[in-house]
Amino acid sequence: STMTVRDALNQAMDEEIKRDDRVFLLGEEVAQYDGAYKISKGLWKKHGDKRIIDTPITEMGFAGIAVGAAFAGLRPICEFMTFNFSMQAIDQIINSAAKTYYMSAGRVPVPIVFRGPNGAAAGVAAQHSQDYSAWYAHCPGLKVVTPYSAEDAKGLLKASIRDDNPVVFLENEILYGQSFPVSDEVLSDDFVVPIGKAKIERSGDHVTIVSYSRGVEFSLEAAKQLESIGVSAEVINLRSLRPFDFESIRQSVHKTHHLISVETGWPFAGIGAEIAAQVMESDVFDQLDSPLLRVTGVDVPMPYAHTLEQAALPTTEHVVKAVKKSLNIQ
Amino acid sequence: SSTEVSFHTKPCKLHKLDSGPNTSVTLNKEDALKYYRDMQVIRRMESAAGNLYKEKKIRGFCHLYSGQEACAVGMKAAMTEGDAVITAYRCHGWTWLLGATVTEVLAELTGRIAGNVHGKGGSMHMYTKNFYGGNGIVGAQQPLGAGVALAMKYREQKNVCVTLYGDGAANQGQLFEATNMAKLWDLPVLFVCENNGFGMGTAVERASASTEYYTRGDYVPGIWVDGMDILAVREATKWAKEYCDSGKGPLMMEMATYRYHGHSMSDPGTSYRSREEIQEVRKTRDPITGFKDRIITSSLATEEELKAIDKEVRKEVDEALKIATSDGVLPPEALYTDIYHNTPAQTIRGATIDETIVQPYKTSADLLKAIGRA
Repeated sequence: STMTVRDALNQAMDEEIKRDDRVFLLGEEVAQYDGAYKISKGLWKKHGDKRIIDTPITEMGFAGIAVGAAFAGLRPICEFMTFNFSMQAIDQIINSAAKTYYMSAGRVPVPIVFRGPNGAAAGVAAQHSQDYSAWYAHCPGLKVVTPYSAEDAKGLLKASIRDDNPVVFLENEILYGQSFPVSDEVLSDDFVVPIGKAKIERSGDHVTIVSYSRGVEFSLEAAKQLESIGVSAEVINLRSLRPFDFESIRQSVHKTHHLISVETGWPFAGIGAEIAAQVMESDVFDQLDSPLLRVTGVDVPMPYAHTLEQAALPTTEHVVKAVKKSLNIQ
Repeated sequence: SSTEVSFHTKPCKLHKLDSGPNTSVTLNKEDALKYYRDMQVIRRMESAAGNLYKEKKIRGFCHLYSGQEACAVGMKAAMTEGDAVITAYRCHGWTWLLGATVTEVLAELTGRIAGNVHGKGGSMHMYTKNFYGGNGIVGAQQPLGAGVALAMKYREQKNVCVTLYGDGAANQGQLFEATNMAKLWDLPVLFVCENNGFGMGTAVERASASTEYYTRGDYVPGIWVDGMDILAVREATKWAKEYCDSGKGPLMMEMATYRYHGHSMSDPGTSYRSREEIQEVRKTRDPITGFKDRIITSSLATEEELKAIDKEVRKEVDEALKIATSDGVLPPEALYTDIYHNTPAQTIRGATIDETIVQPYKTSADLLKAIGRA
């Protein structure tokens, strides 16, 4: 059977709210309106006012309230209508949620999930189209999870809700409506995907393409195109950025000796930059037959006009080009 | 000790309320001695902290509570089992009142193992059961406290979360946000503004268009309390708790108080006020001296009894000081503890790749056990 990412996220929350009476969802328009992107559709009707809480437009306030409730032993899911608005609340996410366990020498765990759409949306210009992966992945104390498929969405969200730590769960609006094949196992109500393990989406021998979230889509399409010219590409879906599964990259490059990173965020101090640094500092450097190449968003704020917006984002073509350059294919 | 004596307190100013706390309060001997002792412990502990700081045995910031003792001790006296507290960085007294020992507070300031969080938090980050810190970011504790109150309501507890902030933090937008939601959802939270007259070095009149902090919840009722009178504070807090328990939601409280020291130890506290002003408050409005006079005059306590308490308190603080200045510090492995809760050991990158390490101990508790200090 198939399932959309939207339904997968909805099902994950529904099951976890049913499973644990400490779990509740709060955010803007999550209850009566069914969620701005309909991720929480039907949950308020099913679970009621106590478990599904509409907040006013007041990100710093409700993020802080959610963190306080987590201090006191509840397990909130705090939805940001988009992660662009999480910037208003970032002090509560970093200073209150991510650091308290450390500062309290383990006295105060903070089991909370911050979730919502992240990254470039379509036609909404610079303030509403930004990728926060590198921002949050930068901070110790947080777990940062970046699902791609419906399987990721369901299994990783359930794992995040069950996790005893603050988790930033970065969804992608463009992927919400996409359908993915799912096994019966994914549909069961105890399906969880462990946080911190990457997934080999496609195995190959000639080049390793590492990506996460929507970048996995470009990477898989590129791998398909490359197949027709005889290039066998391995595609790694990182699934989580913190903890970071460098070991999967290491093993893959030991086989392929070529490495491409793909992300939709800005290049400067981005995830690709981190991968490059970790490669340089490990035995993977000696395994490379050509330098790592990064495919990233363009280093500009997001423009509005369609053609310019397209030009600001990486595409399948960029990935194909990067692979060809790495393998020295004309 | 069954004798009760009546006292009169300054009436509370009221905002959107028809009636407020009683101005006639009673006190028995046992409570009188306890409150006196509690205030003296905080005063003496803070003096010790000030001295440690001057001896350079405390690092970084150190904000003292001296002058404000009646606020914490009075509120604590009215709290019941399960009530919670969250405050900003001026947290030493509260940490002690909510269950930490003097040793744990002072040793945290000196960064020793015996400290409340074994030296991982320092002056601004201490925690006990139902005490959620010690928060270093001015204003962040306002929604956090509302969140603790949300958890109380969620669990149908008959409790309140005392959420404290200074007059400086009263101007943070987060208070407006937290108050709005607390009222919308009728959360059992007491937003308590400890108005000591100055946000760091800025007098309230220069920072707040309205300095009537008890009215600044707008649609949320509020009371102004004489924060230099422990009995007024206790009575007002009891009344406020009943207000919350009855399901009416949040209440704003302004505690009019004063701090003797500078904002932090790096501030001599004399550029924005005069030494004479401080002396005048010490002489005429000191919360401990005032209380002492009252309980002696009313025969609830004798000079000798209070002297005995002073002696006992001095001994307790001196003994704590000894540990705070002699105990060991956590071994270097503690750098890597308490990153994640219930998560397998992580690889932690060091200053160079060669110093990258797999967490030898995941939590401070594990480490303490290993070094025989659990």
